[in-house]
Amino acid sequence: MNLNYTPEQIAFRQEVRQWLEEHVPEAPLESFDTKAGFEQHRQWEKTLAEGNWGMVTWPQEFGGRGCNLVEWLIFEEEYYRASAPLRVNQNGIFLLGPTLMEYGTEAQKERFITRMAAGEEMWAQGWSEPGAGSDMAAIRSKAIRDGDEYVINGQKVWSTRAVYADWVFCIFRTDPDSERHRGLSFMLVPLDAPGVTVRPIPQLDGLPGFAEIFFDDVRVPVENRLGEEGQGWQIAMATAGFERGLMLRSPARFQETAKRLVELYRSHRNDILDLSIEDKVVQSYMDAESYALATYQTASRLIKGGNIGAEASLNKIFWSELDQHMHETAMSILASRAELLPQAPAAGEVGRWLDGFLFAQSGPIYAGTNEIQRNIIAERLLGMPRS
Amino acid sequence: MDFTFTDDQQLFCESVRDFLQAEVTPESVREGWDSASGRNETLWQQLVEMGLTGMLVPESHGGMGMSELDFVLLAQECGRVALPEPLVETALVAVPLLANLAEKDPRCASLLEKIAAGETRVAIGHAANNLVSDAHIADWLLLPKGDQVHLLASDQVGLTAQQSIDPSRRLFSVEWHGDDETRLASGAEGVSLLAASLNRGALGAAAQLLGLAEAMVEMTVRYTEERHQFGRPVGANQALKHLMANCAVKSEFAKAPLYRAAYTLSESPSHADFAVSHAKVAAGEAALLAAKNCIQAHGAMGYTWECNLHIFMKRAWALDKFWGHAGFHKNRLHQWLMNPNAKIGADKTFGVQG
Ligand SMILES: Cc1cc2nc3c(=O)[nH]c(=O)nc-3n(C[C@H](O)[C@H](O)[C@H](O)COP(=O)(O)OP(=O)(O)OC[C@H]3O[C@@H](n4cnc5c(N)ncnc54)[C@H](O)[C@@H]3O)c2cc1C
Repeated sequence: MNLNYTPEQIAFRQEVRQWLEEHVPEAPLESFDTKAGFEQHRQWEKTLAEGNWGMVTWPQEFGGRGCNLVEWLIFEEEYYRASAPLRVNQNGIFLLGPTLMEYGTEAQKERFITRMAAGEEMWAQGWSEPGAGSDMAAIRSKAIRDGDEYVINGQKVWSTRAVYADWVFCIFRTDPDSERHRGLSFMLVPLDAPGVTVRPIPQLDGLPGFAEIFFDDVRVPVENRLGEEGQGWQIAMATAGFERGLMLRSPARFQETAKRLVELYRSHRNDILDLSIEDKVVQSYMDAESYALATYQTASRLIKGGNIGAEASLNKIFWSELDQHMHETAMSILASRAELLPQAPAAGEVGRWLDGFLFAQSGPIYAGTNEIQRNIIAERLLGMPRS
Repeated sequence: MDFTFTDDQQLFCESVRDFLQAEVTPESVREGWDSASGRNETLWQQLVEMGLTGMLVPESHGGMGMSELDFVLLAQECGRVALPEPLVETALVAVPLLANLAEKDPRCASLLEKIAAGETRVAIGHAANNLVSDAHIADWLLLPKGDQVHLLASDQVGLTAQQSIDPSRRLFSVEWHGDDETRLASGAEGVSLLAASLNRGALGAAAQLLGLAEAMVEMTVRYTEERHQFGRPVGANQALKHLMANCAVKSEFAKAPLYRAAYTLSESPSHADFAVSHAKVAAGEAALLAAKNCIQAHGAMGYTWECNLHIFMKRAWALDKFWGHAGFHKNRLHQWLMNPNAKIGADKTFGVQG
């Protein structure tokens, strides 16, 4: 064990910090759930790509820097420290990207990863359906083989940023007689294909952060299938592992929130009546740090050739509940101003906290609800009997 | 940056675990409850032979010259079996204190050698604990008085037993009078030695708490498979699964803070307060939650003397309050975090924080 950064890692941090200082836009971008904001964020992805900072862990041939996971954590720490824009293409770079590298053909990697890395193509994830939420194996949308093409019919829902994205990666039933986990395949579909209809769904903040997608005799070439026919479930589980495991929510995000929470508390300390709040602030800071420490531990293990399995479920519960806890605490500190929208003249520092508070409510739901994660922990990690 | 234990550290831990699992069973722990001393001299000598009492004794004094980081996994294993012997306090707390004084005080040097060889036993008191554990079997006692550390022989002190809810624990109030002769350190040196002892004691307690938490969950998972109601194992019910999953989450995220604390104590002990308090609070919470959820999952059986759960549960309740209770450690965290000069933020996770 050596908990010091190497001189190279310290230099790397410095390099990241300096680049971000020079490039992060002065004024915060608009929400990426608006059309204008989405385009601003797309532009930012291009800026990152030009500096080769789009996805530092990727190999150089795909616009990355071949960094290891510790360096990735350093990058993320600097990224949140600089309040750089959120990653509009996170479904692409954090979920589909690693999946493509593992299961894609050379041609698919060349075609899709390169443009993703260049910030040219933005991705949505299309797994959930009206009848298939927690029970994803209940997927009914079909992709039926017809010569060199698949013909897709059905509906996806809750697809994040599908309103403005260019592509969606989906799971469809390719064997119409199959049931449950069998007969599913992983498909890549352009959202401008004939027969695709995207219907925005406003979220709690009123903006269309996700969408329903209808497929009506949509044709895609066979080359758009990732992996073998029928291998969809297995690949989807690998992607879900990236989602719950390390990639999607790096600790720096929560540590930065925890730091802001400490600062918010310090500046309000004298007018806070509820004595339990200080304890919640301290608890938040410690928990954010626990998450970071655990992640460094996992990263070190992975670098040495270990792997991550059902433990990803422990992570997902921990960060999502931590995020909720921190934002609840911030709301308590802001007290009677907590309900004010950012544009309210008296809102002051409330704006970001309120947005964060709303979004924190979704953490225990998306990426597999925390109830489902607890089932996985009990049955697969602890070995309790299946019901 | 490498947050893993070495192969050697892991292998040694596994061999100690195998030994403890074989030798320290609920039956053997219960036997100790009925004996006068509550301690097993044969077992202690076996621990000595494995080099465990002398792990942190410098090589120049007949020990293995290892660090808190080398010991932390073993302390976790001691918790996992609810080891009654005072191995953690001897090896992790008393020994480093003596080692710090060995240069200038031949008494300390000689004690170190004897501890490593299993020829003598030392108990250690601290202001954080009111009472001294295992004072009755100690040949020597390290005792604090203000900023002073004293060393007294067993015939120089008066002991009054103070019964604990955990029948394995043997606690004593100690009556003693120190003088120039018994004083090992005072002033700034005494203060810093006592502060370091507190951190090491808290680290040892935290490690044991984590081991206890894991042991409780493991035995409870087993029980909920065996116990049937409504025609199926009670563990098939989601309500119980989620109780156990919550314990797993708490324990998982107490581990890395524990190892960071051990590392910091080994590498830069004067900056370890925050890391140690973090570890102690997190491990205490994990163990208390495990105790609460595990007794619930056992039903009435968990409320009995017969069921082995209470061996672990009671140790957890006791250790959570020993070497600084949650209030003490949280208070240190509060003091630190509320200081405007505290170095906080993601880039400060490692290194000197305060
Ligand atoms: C902000 C946000 C973004 C999202 N983005 C995407 C996206 O980009 N792509 C996509 O495909 N999906 C996305 N989702 C959908 C998400 O994956 C689903 O919401 C999630 O899988 C749960 O499904 P559901 O909403 O249908 O809830 P349901 O499955 O209907 O669950 C309702 C409640 O029942 C509980 N429950 C269900 N089954 C069990 C069980 N076996 N045991 C215990 N409790 C159970 C759940 O935990 C939950 O509390 C997103 C969701 C949100 C909130």
